[in-house]
Amino acid sequence: MQLAVSTLLSGISVGGQYALIAIGYTLVYGILRLINFAHGDVFMVAGLVVIYMSASMPLYIALPLMIVFIVVLGFMIERVAYKPLRSAPRMSVMISAIGVSFLIQNFATYYTGGLARLYPTIPFISDTVTIAGASTRWVTVITPFLVILLIILLQLLINHTKIGLAMRAAAKDFETSQLMGIKINSVISFTFIIGSALAAIGSILYFTNYQSIMPTSGSLPGLKAFVAAVFGGIGSIPGAVIGAFIIGICENIVKVFPDYSIFSDAVTFILLIVILVAKPTGLFGEKATDKV
Amino acid sequence: MPAVTLEKKSKKGAVAAFIGVLVILAGVIVLENTLDPNRNLIVFTALKKGAVYALVAVSMNLLNGFTGLFSLGQAGFMLLGGYTYAILTIPSAEREGVYYMYDGSAINFSITESLQNLFGGGGVGGAVGLVLGVLIAIIIAGLVAALIAWLIGLPVLKLKSDYLAIATLGFAEIIRAVFQWPNLGRITNGANALNRFPTLTDFNITNADGQVVLRLSTFVVFAIAGLCIFLIVLLINSSYGRALKAIREDEIAAEAMGINLAKHKRLSFIISSFFTGVGGALFAMYVNQVQAKTFNSAMTYELLLIVVLGGMGSVSGSVVAAFLYVASSEWWLRFLDNTATFSGATSRWIFIAVIAALAVGLTALLLWKRRKNGAKKFSELWTACIVGAVVLVWDIYYAATGGMEVPFLRSGFRMVVFSVIIMVVVLFFRKGLFGDRELPYVVKSIGSFFKRIFRAGNAAAAAAKAVKAEGKEGGANE
Amino acid sequence: MKKILALLLALCMVFAFAACGSEPAAESDAPSESTAPAAESEAPATGDNVISIGVFEPLTGASGAGGRQEYLGMQYAQSLRPTVTIDGVEYTIEFVEGDNASSADEAPSAATSLISAGVSLVLGTYGSSAAIAAAPYFDDAQIPAIGVTCTNPRVTEGNEYYFRTCFIDPFQGSVLAAYAYNELGARHVYCLGETGNDYDAGVINYFQQAFEELGGTVTVGNFPENNSDFTSYINTAVSESADAMLTPVSIQYSTQIIAQAASLNLEMPILGSDTVDSNAVLEAIQGTSLSLYVTTFYNEGGDPDFDAGFKEFINSNSTNLENNGGNDTIAAVSVMGFDAYNVALDAIERAQSTSPADIYEALKETNSDGVTGNIQFDENGDAMRDLAYIKIADTENNTWINGGSQTVE
Repeated sequence: MQLAVSTLLSGISVGGQYALIAIGYTLVYGILRLINFAHGDVFMVAGLVVIYMSASMPLYIALPLMIVFIVVLGFMIERVAYKPLRSAPRMSVMISAIGVSFLIQNFATYYTGGLARLYPTIPFISDTVTIAGASTRWVTVITPFLVILLIILLQLLINHTKIGLAMRAAAKDFETSQLMGIKINSVISFTFIIGSALAAIGSILYFTNYQSIMPTSGSLPGLKAFVAAVFGGIGSIPGAVIGAFIIGICENIVKVFPDYSIFSDAVTFILLIVILVAKPTGLFGEKATDKV
Repeated sequence: MPAVTLEKKSKKGAVAAFIGVLVILAGVIVLENTLDPNRNLIVFTALKKGAVYALVAVSMNLLNGFTGLFSLGQAGFMLLGGYTYAILTIPSAEREGVYYMYDGSAINFSITESLQNLFGGGGVGGAVGLVLGVLIAIIIAGLVAALIAWLIGLPVLKLKSDYLAIATLGFAEIIRAVFQWPNLGRITNGANALNRFPTLTDFNITNADGQVVLRLSTFVVFAIAGLCIFLIVLLINSSYGRALKAIREDEIAAEAMGINLAKHKRLSFIISSFFTGVGGALFAMYVNQVQAKTFNSAMTYELLLIVVLGGMGSVSGSVVAAFLYVASSEWWLRFLDNTATFSGATSRWIFIAVIAALAVGLTALLLWKRRKNGAKKFSELWTACIVGAVVLVWDIYYAATGGMEVPFLRSGFRMVVFSVIIMVVVLFFRKGLFGDRELPYVVKSIGSFFKRIFRAGNAAAAAAKAVKAEGKEGGANE
Repeated sequence: MKKILALLLALCMVFAFAACGSEPAAESDAPSESTAPAAESEAPATGDNVISIGVFEPLTGASGAGGRQEYLGMQYAQSLRPTVTIDGVEYTIEFVEGDNASSADEAPSAATSLISAGVSLVLGTYGSSAAIAAAPYFDDAQIPAIGVTCTNPRVTEGNEYYFRTCFIDPFQGSVLAAYAYNELGARHVYCLGETGNDYDAGVINYFQQAFEELGGTVTVGNFPENNSDFTSYINTAVSESADAMLTPVSIQYSTQIIAQAASLNLEMPILGSDTVDSNAVLEAIQGTSLSLYVTTFYNEGGDPDFDAGFKEFINSNSTNLENNGGNDTIAAVSVMGFDAYNVALDAIERAQSTSPADIYEALKETNSDGVTGNIQFDENGDAMRDLAYIKIADTENNTWINGGSQTVE
């Protein structure tokens, strides 16, 4: 019982953190049809920034500052690496994304000296709590609620504001929305800003749980979050969130069986392939008009 | 592009390419036997790895560049090839040791060993047995990869673009996990490395005392990779190749022309995987061991970078890019990882001057170019100015501190510089170095490019001239 | 035109890097810390009166912290013994770094770069995977290597040119098993290792053998590389009601496991191997209710003179302090690095030569008294050791408590 509760708890918690990253993927993919491989690394940088900032200032200043910094970083990446390639074939943009990811990881290795850094303890959410005999941290409990709150806010933003309307239009049809007078560049920038901000918040939750950060710490959560986005149907925010929770929980269930714990990452991809073969657009994906 | 002239050119080009390859092979043998093997080990390491990557990149290009199938499963197929080769060729005497975690291997049979016994132990017979055994094992390695590719292709090839990419990436990860599974340990050695199989250095010919008389280790990998690339080129130039290109350009039109989409896609996927498997076997021979965790998605990304940097749809582009990529990451840039101090004040000042000149010169050049092109957006100009100014301020600051350490150089800087170079190429050469052209065309256009630069240089202002001269120098070194 | 501009930019950049990189190498006739790989194009760094020793260590990556501490011990040894006299001529010792980034796939290129730099012998590495991957290269080049803390038997087995100064896993596994069974009274142990890491797998394998022989039972869990969520594994250990948990993993993972175990209020003792003996781990366990036991090569206090000198060396500059993890607790791996350096220098002195072949022959005759005990190599090239120390983490005072020594027949 205790094992079941704690497995489920950590599954939900990881799932929630994947969800926050997955939204960044799904929004960007929805508009640009670009797998933003650098997103996972932005997530990692968010963790590192807190570590370096918290050394010289209190956390209540460091955390908001970090979010601002990450938003700027996401914005800059889009402007420098993706915008110049707007008219280029999609493959070039994707390579650019891989290149940025490569650059961020290598720069982080250089800057940190390639050693694991310990994430600072954040008061309250790092404290331990016991639920049904399974002890865990507060962050585990908070994560799903925070995620749901953020999703609701995001949905409000997308469905009831002008910029949200522009985003939906751009996702539906990139060219036509331009013709309709939507400033496509600011819409894309805004998308990257939202994605980065969510990844930054996700990183606080994630690294409070898992503490040590390596330059490669972002790539695996990033990949899994992308898979979650595809799983739920790319472009769909609720889909991404549900996909992330399913993947988080499944992964943790697999880890319980010692003989099969090696498949904890592979199971993510098995789920993905099953869903792609059965329903190529994902759980909640719209029947996309294929842009040949 | 008129097809007739293309055909003609490729006939002539094929002969030239063939001669070129022979010259390279001969050159490799000469180099390897004249240079000090220890002091120049890094050169040969780069060459060997470059050859392996060239083969895998070309076979990836067959899929991504020529057929337009976006697959990211290369690392998985390399893993299959590498493991198959290793499992088939580890001598039975070594198996106990290699599989020490699992009390020996389930397969107690080695192709090379049985063939060596067949041809009679040591000496010439042993050598023939070794060569034949290794070749057979490599071919089986390719076949296993091709077989799995066929299986994977059944469900996956129906998917389109990015979905196909992420699904193949997923399969590569699954394959990796399966090979690490302890329950298969008696075959795959679990997550542990397989080693002690015949490697490239076993092809060095030794005399009775164990002294090396003829080094062939680099030649072997060049020969096998060269042969495979040659076969891929033949395929690309055949009617199948044209069908694949038609699919890349327009699936619907290709289908209307009577090309069986599913069949050709499957064929391309399987053939590409076959050669990737062969590449995996060569990779295993090059690193002396296979371990599943090496074949991760980062490796696939690396290969994809090579393919795109070289140009999608250019075989020679992939080959050249593979060698450039490997050489610069493993060899040329390595000095950037080690801390160093200036030996005297002069060299330090030269360094500071070079940085200052670059900061000022490049910014000026950029501004001048943009102005001339009638840039309307001043934001870009400002960015250039700010970046230039920051570099200059840093330079002055560094000059003021009076430190004798060469700045920045420390462990990890190599990869930072390397990734910056990659980003520059990605951003400014969207079609890669070669585009979809092959080497002869590129050589010609480089010639005309320099002619143009020369003419432009005559007319240009004096300041720009200096910078361009530098550019030309760099180009000549390449 | 844009393309031409871009090409010019790119070429200028390459030119700039080449300029800033080759400059120091071009004028490095003084025996400074000149860069070795750059030297292959210029005059060899190993010119007059310099002997190059390759430092084949993980300076980055999962084991980076351990590799740096080991290197720190070598640097301290170098500061005490910077020269060696061969035939009346004084030679300065120079380190050439080859960072294997804690991984088996980076190891070959790091090893080849050292060989290309013309080193006389190689010290390292921390972590067995990289050592096993690099061993064939040293064998082919016939350059002797002295493993410092790579404890997997496969490092030296069949690799003629690899020696090592530490004990090996079958021994460490039995020590841990005996300690767990006899001292901690454990009957069921949950072992957790990284998949594909020769070191983890080796220790667990030999622990399992020894522990089952004693009559206990073992469950083995594996986590993938770069994993950072260990709660499920810890929960599994709890639900299996294991009496102890064995985590012979690298420092990065052990700090995470300890932090997560603390948050789960894990009650069972955690057993660690020599890698877990690290300041970072000690830091992570502060203020928790966990109990941690590790086997190691050296206990602080074993040689007070050495301890004092080394602490002074660590505190002498900020880089050293940072490389040691921010404080001056002495890690056993540093002491091992210190001893390995001295073994190497003794061999060079005995060989009276800078050639790898002569040093190789001299190494076979090693009989050195190091800080961690007497070192002699057996026919495999392994140091003959029969003593391991146990350390217990003091969760209040940020130190290790001496848990005595262990030996098995």
